[in-house]
Parts: sequence; C-alpha cells; structure tokens
Amino acid sequence: MTAISKRAIKSKKESRLLDNENVQAILLFLLSLAIFLGFWEIGANLKWFSKGMPTASLTIKELWYWVTHPFYDNGPNDLGIGWNLLISLRRVAIGYTLASVIAVPLGILVGISRVAFKAFNPYFQLLKPVSPLAWLPLGLYIFRNSELTGIFIITIASIWPTLTNTAFGVANVDSSYLDVSKTLGASRWRTIFKVIIPAALPNIISGLRISMGISWLVIVAAEMLLGTGLGYFIWNEWNNLYIPNILVAIFIIGVVGIVLDQIFAYLEKIVSFGKS
Amino acid sequence: MSRFFSSGGNSQNGKGDKSDLVRPLVSLSNSTTNYRVNKQTVSIDPSNAQISLRHISKVFPGRKGWLNKLTGQASSDFVAIEDMSLDIEHNTFVSIIGPSGCGKSTLLNIIAGLSSATSGEVLIDGQIVDKPGSDRGMVFQNYALMPWMTVQGNIKFAVETVFPKMSEIQQKRIVKENIQLVGLTGAEKKRPHELSGGMRQRVGIARALAINPQILLMDEPFGALDALTRGFLQDEIERIWEQQRKTAIMITHSIEEALLLSDRIVMMTKGPAARIDEVLDVPFPRPRDRTAVEEHPDYLKLKKEMEDHLYRETRAVEEERIR
Repeated sequence: MTAISKRAIKSKKESRLLDNENVQAILLFLLSLAIFLGFWEIGANLKWFSKGMPTASLTIKELWYWVTHPFYDNGPNDLGIGWNLLISLRRVAIGYTLASVIAVPLGILVGISRVAFKAFNPYFQLLKPVSPLAWLPLGLYIFRNSELTGIFIITIASIWPTLTNTAFGVANVDSSYLDVSKTLGASRWRTIFKVIIPAALPNIISGLRISMGISWLVIVAAEMLLGTGLGYFIWNEWNNLYIPNILVAIFIIGVVGIVLDQIFAYLEKIVSFGKS
Repeated sequence: MSRFFSSGGNSQNGKGDKSDLVRPLVSLSNSTTNYRVNKQTVSIDPSNAQISLRHISKVFPGRKGWLNKLTGQASSDFVAIEDMSLDIEHNTFVSIIGPSGCGKSTLLNIIAGLSSATSGEVLIDGQIVDKPGSDRGMVFQNYALMPWMTVQGNIKFAVETVFPKMSEIQQKRIVKENIQLVGLTGAEKKRPHELSGGMRQRVGIARALAINPQILLMDEPFGALDALTRGFLQDEIERIWEQQRKTAIMITHSIEEALLLSDRIVMMTKGPAARIDEVLDVPFPRPRDRTAVEEHPDYLKLKKEMEDHLYRETRAVEEERIR
C-alpha cells in the first residue's frame, strides 16, 4: 500500500517537472539547436551547401577563439573583436545619446501643443520610413569624415521612434492627472515636470527602446562603408572570404543586441508601476 | 413662461424635437432656488450663501461649417445644462442626484473651474470664480492618483503645490495627519497599484482634504467600488465630515448614499437641457449612523420621493433612446 502510494507520488513529481512550461521550452530549444547544428555539421561535411561553407564545429572553434582573445591590435585590418565591439558601441552611444537629447525634449514640446503636433507630424512621418543608409552619402559629403558620418547616421536613424513615442505619450496623458494638477492650481512647469513627463515615461522608454534597436541595426550596415567596428569586421572577413568569422560576428552582434534590449525592457518594467 | 421660450430658442438647430420632450418636465420645475421641504417651499437668503450658481448654462457647440456638412458630420449644439441656479450655505453637505447623462459631472466641473459655463456665473463668497483654485478640493471617481507616486507622495504633491512656501516639516506633518484621518497609517510608502479601490479612494479623499479647502467636491466618489467597501467608505465620509464640517458637494447615483450623508439633495431632470427639478431637505439629526437614519420617520417618505423622481426621469431617458 505504502509502496504504491510512494511510487504514485514519485511519478507525479516526475510528471510535474515535465509539465512545467519552462522545462518544456528549454528541452524543445535544446532539441532544435541539436538538430540545427547536426544538420549544419553533416551538410557541410557532405558538401550539401555552397562550396567552402564551414562546418558548425569550425565556426564554434572560431567563436571560442574570438571570445577568448577579444583584445589584440595588429593594425586596423587585424583588430580583436572586443576592440571592434567597443568601437561600434562607442559610436552607438554617442549617436544615440545625441538623438535622445534632441528627441525627448522636442517630443515633449510637440506633444504638449496640439497645433505643434499637427504641424510637425508630417515631417516625422515622412522621415521615419527613410532607410538610414540613404543618409550615408549626404553625411559623407557634409562631414567628409567617416567617424562623424557614422554618428550622424545613428542619430538621424534613432531620433524618430523616440520623438514620435514621446510626443504620443505626452499628448495622451490621462486627463484626470491633468485635472488634479489644475484643481490644485499647479503652474505650467510644475505640471510638465511632475505630472506630464512621469505619466509619459512608459511611452518615452518604449520609444528609446525601439531607437536603441534601430541604432544597433544601423551601425553594422554603416560601418561596412566606414572602416573599423563590427560592421567593418564583417566586411573585412568577406574580403578575406573567411566565412566562419562572419558567422561569429553575426552571433556576437545578436548577443549584444539582446543585452541592450533587455536593459530597456528592465527600465520599461520599472516605470510601468503595475500597469502591465 | 419666459423660460419656456428660452429653451425653445436654444434648440433651434435641427434637433428641436428632442428638447420638446423636456418641456413638460421643465415647466414643472422652479428654477429659482426654492427648497421644498416636506411639500413646503422655503427660500434660502442668497446673501448667506457660500456658493451661488447664477443661471448656469452649458452648451457644447456642434460641428458646423460647410466642410462638416459635406462630410455628413455636422451636428447641432448640445445643451447640457440650462439656466440652473442654486445657493449653498456654509457647512452644508449637498448631494446632486439625477439620471445618467444629465450633466451632473459637467456642473461639478464648472464649480471646480475645470470647465467654464457658457453663460451664467459661479460665485464663492460673493467672488466670481472661473478657474480652479485651492479653495476647492476635488475627489475623482477614478481616484486620479499618480501611479508613480507613493500614497505619501500623492498627498505631498498636493500640499507642495498649494503651500510652496511652507516648511518641509510642516508639509510632512499635514501629510501624516491626513493619512491618519482616512485610516491609511502604515500604507504611506505603497503605490496606488498595490492598494484596493477603497484604499485608493481614501488617498483621493486625503489628498483633497490636505490642502484644507473650504469646499469639498466629490464626483461619484464611490461609483467604482463594490457595495461593501462603498458602505464602509460612506461611514468614513460621515465621520470625517462631522469632524471638519466643510461645505461639500457630492455627485451620486445612490439614493441611500445621498440620504445618509446630505443636508440637502438636489434632484436634476434628465438631459439634454438639464435643470434642477427639486431640492429636498434632509432633516435627520447629526452625527448620523446608518441604522438611526433608516429608522427615522421621514426616511421612507424621502426615499420614495427620490425613487419616483429618478424612475420617472430614467424612464423618459429610455423612451427617448428607443425613439
């Protein structure tokens, strides 16, 4: 009797572990990864893909090499991936900060005034869908300097999501908050800083998050034409026709993108105050 | 009779047929401030009044112009409130009750200064008011607490705004006192989303009282609460009101709530062109408690009168909607 119930409890425990959604997801993830890597490895060895396609094991070996030797400097065409990453991050940081410093105050200004919103919205809507790389020749022509052009492109690409989201957030602040402020007789400035900006903060942060994503997308493309940085690393390896390093760079770009996005996801959670 | 014509004059823009329905009811009412107390009519001396509403009308302008006509979006003006006059004495608790959409909230917003009357004026202690001020504290139906501020922070925001020159220590003392008054001691550091609806409205009440207003305005303060919490908070309001005896104007849908709390009950007709139908005097002695009020000999009579009024008006609203 006790043996049966013990076994029942044990099997119940086991099944409970497998019932867990996260455990299932991890198992499925690992399974799919194994199938993918296995297919890649076998396919590359049997020459299923194009000529010179590296195997999964070689790529992972290269990844391990780059991750363990990130910082070395043998001239601009043989620079450790850590240095390249830092160069890209520095450009993004400068361009993105510049964009945010312009976009947030401008967005607040535009959001506060309905007239300004209607008047300036056409500009934002027109410029928002333009591919950032379309600005590249213009940037090179104006600045005649690849470094400044890179920063210019990051700025111009990442300004719009923050700007439109901030303006939207400010324009749509819950009117009851504004009523509270009005009934208390709060000044215009006090209302803006103590009520409107905090109330619009979730929108502002989501705008900043989208902008950060775009900056990270754009920098790689821009750097292919600019020299140094992760984008140039890929371009350089393409000229060397060494595909494993290109794959390594793609993986690293992805990982850094996740980290940057998660920072903003965390900020979004902080300012949501139990709303979602 | 002149009122009869003025109502016709306001509804000339196409949809006059709607306000025709209002006319029989309107002509029943007395727009001068007559209080019918148990079928006797008494007038308040306007010079004693703290708040005087003088011939308040509110018209929301319709969409006009050829562009709107072309796109079929043209609409006529909407008369929310028409020629409403009311005097409220010091230290009186007044409830305003009426069918949905009768412009109760519009009226309260005009008194609060959040919205301006199309014609007529609001006087407080003889002074015309046309913008919000800290002499009036407002409690909102949806609480309107800032979610990024703590309980303490929400109340402190109000105190800092109204008394910017007061010392930090004194501001903190006021915040603490008002948190104590509404029974929220211990929850000072919590944020609104961590509180129940009833607790949130306590914060709303504390915030309104913390600026020490002469007049407390409440827009359906318990409308979003469940019945038990509602009753509990009504008792709290009664207790607090007995302590402070501030002039209070409360919008409500609940007959029992109005009878428990008010000295006077203003009953409005249905909108559009809503007006005061009748003002009831509530004679129950204070301080009140629920049981004593319900056992008072006049309770059922007053309740019946209010129910008749509300059913009649609500039925008229429904009938109009069917047509």
